Amino acid sequence: MKSNTREATGQHTRECGVSAALKQGQITPTELCQKCLSLIKKTKFLNAYITVSEEVALKQAEESEKRYKNGQSLGDLDGIPVAVKDNFSTSGIETTCASNMLKGYIPPYNATVVQKLLDQGALLMGKTNLDEFAMGSGSTDGVFGPVKNPWSYSKQYREKRKQNPHSKNEDSDWLITGGSSGGSAAAVSAFTCYAALGSDTGGSTRNPAAHCGLVGFKPSYGLVSRHGLIPLVNSMDVPGILTRCVDDAAIVLGALAGPDPKDSTTVHDPINKPFMLPSLADVSKLCIGIPKEYLVPELSSEVRSLWSKAADLFESEGAKVLEVSLPHTSYSIVCYHVLCTSEVASNMARFDGLQYGHRCDIDVSTEAMYAATRREGFNDVVRGRILSGNFFLLKENYENYFVKAQKVRRLIANDFVNAFNSGVDVLLTPTTLSEAVPYLEFIKEDNRTRSAQDDIFTQAVNMAGLPAVSIPVALSNQGLPIGLQFIGRAFCDQQLLTVAKWFEKQVQFPVIQLQELMDDCSAVLENEKLASVSLKQ
Amino acid sequence: MAAPMLRWVGRGRLWTFARVDGGSCHRRGAPTGSTSNRIRGQSSVAQQPLYTTQKPRKGEHKWAAVVGLEIHAQISSNSKLFSGSQVRFSAPPNSLVSFFDASLPGTLPVLNRRCVEAAVMTGLALNCHINKKSLFDRKHYFYADLPAGYQITQQRLPIAVNGSLTYGVCAGKKQSQVIPKTVRIKQIQLEQDSGKSLHDDLRSQTLIDLNRAGVGLLEVVLEPDLSCGEEAAAAVRELQLILQALGTSQANMAEGQLRVDANISVHHPGEPLGVRTEVKNLNSIRFLAKAIDYEIQRQIDELENGGEILNETRSFHHQLGCTMSMRDKEGKQDYSLFSQEPTLFLSVAACPVGVPSPKCGVWLSIRPWLQCDASDDNELQELPVGFLLPSEARLTHRRDLAVRFMPEPNLPPLVLYDATSLPAGADPQQVINIDQIRETLPELPRVTRERLVQQYGMLLEHSFTLLNEVGLLEFFQNVIKETRAEPKKVTSWVLNTFLGYLKQQNLAVSESPVTPSALAELLDLLDSRTISSAAAKQVFEELWKGEGKTPGQIVSEKQLELMEDRGSLEQLCHSVMEAHPQVVMDLKEGNPRAINKLIGLVRKATQSRADPAMIKEILEKKLSS
Repeated sequence: MKSNTREATGQHTRECGVSAALKQGQITPTELCQKCLSLIKKTKFLNAYITVSEEVALKQAEESEKRYKNGQSLGDLDGIPVAVKDNFSTSGIETTCASNMLKGYIPPYNATVVQKLLDQGALLMGKTNLDEFAMGSGSTDGVFGPVKNPWSYSKQYREKRKQNPHSKNEDSDWLITGGSSGGSAAAVSAFTCYAALGSDTGGSTRNPAAHCGLVGFKPSYGLVSRHGLIPLVNSMDVPGILTRCVDDAAIVLGALAGPDPKDSTTVHDPINKPFMLPSLADVSKLCIGIPKEYLVPELSSEVRSLWSKAADLFESEGAKVLEVSLPHTSYSIVCYHVLCTSEVASNMARFDGLQYGHRCDIDVSTEAMYAATRREGFNDVVRGRILSGNFFLLKENYENYFVKAQKVRRLIANDFVNAFNSGVDVLLTPTTLSEAVPYLEFIKEDNRTRSAQDDIFTQAVNMAGLPAVSIPVALSNQGLPIGLQFIGRAFCDQQLLTVAKWFEKQVQFPVIQLQELMDDCSAVLENEKLASVSLKQ
Repeated sequence: MAAPMLRWVGRGRLWTFARVDGGSCHRRGAPTGSTSNRIRGQSSVAQQPLYTTQKPRKGEHKWAAVVGLEIHAQISSNSKLFSGSQVRFSAPPNSLVSFFDASLPGTLPVLNRRCVEAAVMTGLALNCHINKKSLFDRKHYFYADLPAGYQITQQRLPIAVNGSLTYGVCAGKKQSQVIPKTVRIKQIQLEQDSGKSLHDDLRSQTLIDLNRAGVGLLEVVLEPDLSCGEEAAAAVRELQLILQALGTSQANMAEGQLRVDANISVHHPGEPLGVRTEVKNLNSIRFLAKAIDYEIQRQIDELENGGEILNETRSFHHQLGCTMSMRDKEGKQDYSLFSQEPTLFLSVAACPVGVPSPKCGVWLSIRPWLQCDASDDNELQELPVGFLLPSEARLTHRRDLAVRFMPEPNLPPLVLYDATSLPAGADPQQVINIDQIRETLPELPRVTRERLVQQYGMLLEHSFTLLNEVGLLEFFQNVIKETRAEPKKVTSWVLNTFLGYLKQQNLAVSESPVTPSALAELLDLLDSRTISSAAAKQVFEELWKGEGKTPGQIVSEKQLELMEDRGSLEQLCHSVMEAHPQVVMDLKEGNPRAINKLIGLVRKATQSRADPAMIKEILEKKLSS
């Protein structure tokens, strides 16, 4: 795995992966774990974690250390600190979905993806913050409060702001991470872990990745098990991967992908493992599609220009770049809304306070208990989606809304099939309309409006079940990250990541500079052994 | 058997109604029901009964009833439909609950192959078309024993459709004739069972047992081709026999493995169908017939008195023998179940008499088990809650006014294969072959009966009786195997004597003190003319005492052998004739029936040990001499 350490420390030119450092004994898993734990404490104000599983992580580190000592390392992820979004079930560790409804809920089992990470020796640092039940695009609507974007405190952003005479009070002007996997994004971005699991239903992994300058990967639907992921929309949910570089995402994907007898929607065919990504020397055989419908008026000029530059880059290196049409794109977000809320209404029906999670004090009747429990347990966003979903599912509305939306979903999926059938290997689009906005700006619009805007480029991929990845491209004029999205053919995840890796190498996106923020922590960052920000080189 | 079936099926209508002239075959409160019941004084049994009012007005105002059934049969399988937890009746409460059954967030359904095979097998046995592709749906409603808030079922595209079930209804003067009838089967769908709730009114609490939650059910939907309780009872009984023969369900109604809901309406023949009501949770065949007949009569009375029938769900109160409404129609459920005004939901308190109200008071807390340290998700032990419900207490408060459906997104379409479509190299554990299942179908009850009729020359109705009593067919076959007696003799002894004794003492075949071997030996003694049939009855009575004696022992102890000595018999005849000169005179004066009296007297003198034919022969000889 590759990493950029130069910007991070300002003094190291050697690229080295933390996996290699572990293998060579330059650092032990326990040291690594403790350093990450100390960073978690220092960055607590980011609100990235809901639960920090310090004891668990240290115990896992100890075991990992034994394996290294005995020369029995489990692989690239052994001893690597990871974080998991708080909507994946973790055995013995509270799993809240950032909702009152599940406060105090301790699952008795691990989600398949969590188990797979642990089986590879990864250290579970904690459970990360999100919008309640992953419904949102800002990581601002959870019961534990909003997540702050580490880039708000980066040298890059601060310096730009100093130059801007209009900039207001810095402390209240922090930026959102995007969402709903904002906690995972902030956790990786602030170096508190090397990889994090997000979930991606309409863009919830890719969106915060773009805002936090990370690689955010959404695998093909059916490639990675959903068992243990507390569902938002079963037919669109996919566990997502947030890392600081493409190779790391591939390593994690290699650990997670594959059929799961506990998830009937995972594909039976064995996957080629591990996901080793070749370094593309030549893109001349590649055909990149640019969907014309994604050029919307709301797109910021900076993102548009970077998108166009990226296309030029491919073309200049010999790739074929084609404009393609995905004609049903404009119906996508409405269709997504109907399908999403309908499944939400269904999935949330189990939260009645009877068996787990929150239960109200009212006990005059079963129905009264249900009603009060659900009123107290869910926030407005969740309740709103349940209400509209149940409206769509009512017998008299089912045909007009749900069935129609399903038909449109088919058309949208077919749009992609047609584009790929025309010879395109990978589609290149923006991930978000613009860079991250300040929290105070973000909350001026309601959750629904925000989600509709923020999911615009990402949710169609979920409806079609395709793999997609957001890659950080460059910093905006404000010194904030901007990401672009690559979309691949179904189950061609490896090809997609290979293209993304080539692109990542070309753009040389800068590493976030957080020394100022972490003061004494800069020592940690400058520590040679921790210099690497990624797993492998 | 084929002709009436064609007549019914060929009608090509969705609804079939009864239209036969004759008196009311069922009156309110009359002991109608299982096929053995009949009403005294009824001149003939209508095949398709027709109902008249108690006080006919405006000439003949006749009603016909239309009855359709939805039958839930619990699949006989080791584990549940979508989880690995065990299926067992009367296990400790909440001891058979997996994470999925308890609807822990993030758990997903995994289809049980055995349940699919059972559905295919049942579909084939009921002449259904098996859908090569079927789909699963979620049916949403809020109820405490439905932990996910929805039931996974097959609403849009079920696994089997368009079948038929042929059953027999007793008719004729003595109800001894069996008339074959056919009811169409709309569909068979796979679905999850719910848990059980126990409403404890004393302590105002409800207890939940999730052992049953997620057990596989076959829902068999019958078209409304039935017209009275008796037909419904006979059809359900036949289905029960088929399921038991297939082994796809134990179909024991007392244990809740077979549950029936009936849709009932009445109308005037030739006029549009009436509003129907649904009578839920009928859990014995007798109650099923009673409830349907009660409900038909209730609807007729209601309409005759100018009332109207509400489209509602009713339950049958078996002690009162009547149906009653299960819910307040106005208490429409909020479909999202949250509100700023929780008091809006108190309308549930308006429950009919006799139905416990769902007040919760202290809800059981199932929380502790979440901390339990289960390493696999197959079983959660030691849930400190819940009681097992007696089957009669299983009540439904389902308020499905706002039931919503949605495709189940976690289960891909269920694809079945046949010999032609089976993909090469497919993993046999991951595919289900319809043709292969067809080959394993056992003999069905209808075929068994035909075989009995052909093989043993018995009447069709006798074959029905043999199959209807649990274990009787096996008993019969074991006797046949061991005896030299004529099959007709065996049939007569098993159905009249043996079954008569069982019924009289209300015993099951398995509880009989007489073994098949003992009866076989007895019939051999009879067959070899060692004993008379009157003596055989005596032996049987002795055997019934269950003292462990063989028929041979009883015969010799009681000296019941036939008198083989002609000389002494002649002597006896002589003495009898001498002792009764008046009878002999009668006979000589031309009353031939008087000889029977003499025969009787001789038999009595021999303690029934003499062959009546021989006595007759000797007497005749003596008289003519």
